[in-house]
Amino acid sequence: MAQNKLIVSLSPHDHAKDSVSKIMFGVVIAMIPALLVSVYFFGLDAIRVNLIAIAACIFFEWIIQKFLLKGEVTITDGSAIVTGMLLAFNVPSNLPWWIIVIGAIVSIGVGKMSFGGLGNNPFNPALVGRVFLLISFPVQMTSWPKVQVLNFAMTDAQTGATPLAIVKEGIKNGESFSSIINNLPTSYSDMFFGQMGGSLGEISAIALIIGGLYMLYRKIITWHIPVSIIATVAIFTGILYGINPDKYADPLFHLLTGGLMLGAIFMATDMVTSPMTSKGMIIYGVGIGVITVLIRVWGAYPEGVSFAILIMNAFTPLINYYIKPKRFGEIVKK
Amino acid sequence: MLKTFPKGGVHPHENKFSAGKSIETIELPKQVSIPVSQHLGAPAQPVVNKGDEVKVGQLIAKSAGFISANIHSSVSGKVSKIEKILDSTGYKQTAIIIDVEGDEWLPEIDRSTELVEDIEKFTAEEIRAKVAEAGIVGLGGATFPTNVKISIPQGKVCENLIINAVECEPYLTSDHQLMLEKSDEIIVGARLLQKAAGAKKIYIGIENNKPDAIELMKKKAAKYQYIEVVALKVKYPQGGEKQLIKAVVNREVPSGGLPVDVGCVVQNVGTAYAVYEAVQKNKPLIERVVTVTGKSVSKPSNFLVRIGTPVSNLIEKAGGLPEDTGKIVNGGPMMGKAVKDLSIPVTKGTSGILIIKSDEAKRPKTYNCIRCARCVFVCPMGLEPYLIKNMATVGMYEELQNERVLDCMECGSCSYGCPAGVPLLDYIRLGKTNLNKILRSKKS
Repeated sequence: MAQNKLIVSLSPHDHAKDSVSKIMFGVVIAMIPALLVSVYFFGLDAIRVNLIAIAACIFFEWIIQKFLLKGEVTITDGSAIVTGMLLAFNVPSNLPWWIIVIGAIVSIGVGKMSFGGLGNNPFNPALVGRVFLLISFPVQMTSWPKVQVLNFAMTDAQTGATPLAIVKEGIKNGESFSSIINNLPTSYSDMFFGQMGGSLGEISAIALIIGGLYMLYRKIITWHIPVSIIATVAIFTGILYGINPDKYADPLFHLLTGGLMLGAIFMATDMVTSPMTSKGMIIYGVGIGVITVLIRVWGAYPEGVSFAILIMNAFTPLINYYIKPKRFGEIVKK
Repeated sequence: MLKTFPKGGVHPHENKFSAGKSIETIELPKQVSIPVSQHLGAPAQPVVNKGDEVKVGQLIAKSAGFISANIHSSVSGKVSKIEKILDSTGYKQTAIIIDVEGDEWLPEIDRSTELVEDIEKFTAEEIRAKVAEAGIVGLGGATFPTNVKISIPQGKVCENLIINAVECEPYLTSDHQLMLEKSDEIIVGARLLQKAAGAKKIYIGIENNKPDAIELMKKKAAKYQYIEVVALKVKYPQGGEKQLIKAVVNREVPSGGLPVDVGCVVQNVGTAYAVYEAVQKNKPLIERVVTVTGKSVSKPSNFLVRIGTPVSNLIEKAGGLPEDTGKIVNGGPMMGKAVKDLSIPVTKGTSGILIIKSDEAKRPKTYNCIRCARCVFVCPMGLEPYLIKNMATVGMYEELQNERVLDCMECGSCSYGCPAGVPLLDYIRLGKTNLNKILRSKKS
């Protein structure tokens, strides 16, 4: 008699067919275009770095949940894969395997599990790992292999600096931006498609934008964070370029180089560490944009997106505390 | 661009299987159980005793207070007992149980189908009195006594009467079908309500997934300049009073306020029909249209049902209880109540009986909140469900009040959309209930 087995629960009785793991695998799908571009330019090394990072992240999450926390193992939810891929996207393709593993330990162990796992971490785990590596292994982390189209021979490629570093160094030595950019081997369209030095996942703006559009379509992210970051960087650097075009790089250069697109579309939009309201997201994005430009133009490092995101991650609880959504029926003062 | 409310909302699968199925009258049951509390407010007071003979339409329980409603017998026969039975709320309520004998109606009830359009013979006062006498309550599900709603308090003005024909709950089609079959009567009912409330204009809000109803109502309303049919974009919970007012006339009911504060009164389309019958035909609220539906139901249908008929009769008529039944809901999937027994009676607020398959009846697995902010984005009241959940869990009641937890109308959009499967609304209800208790104890 079915009647004795009726389930009684509170409404709603329907649920959207979306889940944490569907969101995480959606992010993985969104990263595939950028992964393909990195394989195209960096060869099988790109796959090597990704596989090591993903495997290490899953492994350490499993170890920690199984033997340290002795709790439920949630490696199948896909979040460790996302962290692993993002970590891989943020390092040079010629990084030795043991440095990647150290990055994974820091990402998962320190960045994620020490706070209580998925959902409780205040900082983006992949960036925690990335910045730890950048500070600990500055030489290996900034020796970018030169891009060679479809070179699958796993030989040691030549290394060179990123366009951002070249421009920063040149301006410091008193050259004008226009002469530096004219001497660069990479044109703006090369940068747009990804033919330049850099971390393996950050090079191709177009691939990252395609991934971002996919996430927008799947409603994994909203437009607020990427648009506010990109607009802020464009406006801020535009003003500087307007003041002195010799001393400051133009906005397009800033948008296409370094980790800006990767950061704006994939790293800053990490749900766990970004604000909860649309207004808060815009403040957060503007903050990331401003700090990025400050570091790039006046800081010691040529690139500042990772630091900017981590700094604004720290402000997220404060933003959530002060910025409230517009309430329905709030009495508006006239 | 179709009108809608701007903030939040979700779009669940509509699954309107019973759409277009004409309203069938269901046979009289052998026995009806009529609860004395089918409305918001004080339960009605029984005025019949065990053994009394009653006729269809006879008053059997009298309104007991300002916010309360009369209850009438939906059948003719003998009162067999007055006892506590389980009803759709899950609690035991006093009910009048009547053994059905024949179908004898009170003589003053006009049972003809002839349309009576003339509303001039009644004053606003008389209409309100007749509505109160007939025990009419909001048939959309909230069951607030209608005569109270159309009695505009001193100092307030009702400019717009909004007829709620949105039917934003998935699966349900009773309002839709009623509009297709009783459009003339609904227009008269709306005009009666308008006169009683003193409104200048009537808006009929219908979601765009019912194009046939929109077209028909537009045609019927064409000869009245003051009636406007408004097609609305499909979005849940547009049938919420505050959301509907925002969508139709772009006014925001202030937090804690009533629609009349912005010059509006909202009435369900089924209520308008019941008002027509009460005023023009002297017929009290003794039957209503109920949708019986579900993915495995063999004959999803719209039935005209006497109040007090057991739900099991309806399910039988719709092809029987499917093998894979997991849950039975009184109402729609978003705001309906799960029932634990098939013997519960249809009441004034029963807009549908939804039978959910067992594989869809269980809640999703719960993960940690991943702070994706979907609950914040979908909340039509601009609240932060994740935050309210955390505060309710640890008992931060003062903060909950500042976060406007009492504005929540329990539409369930947050729980519906949560990818981590967190039952946010359960915790919000916990916070609301406890906060209300504290506020009441402070007052006394």
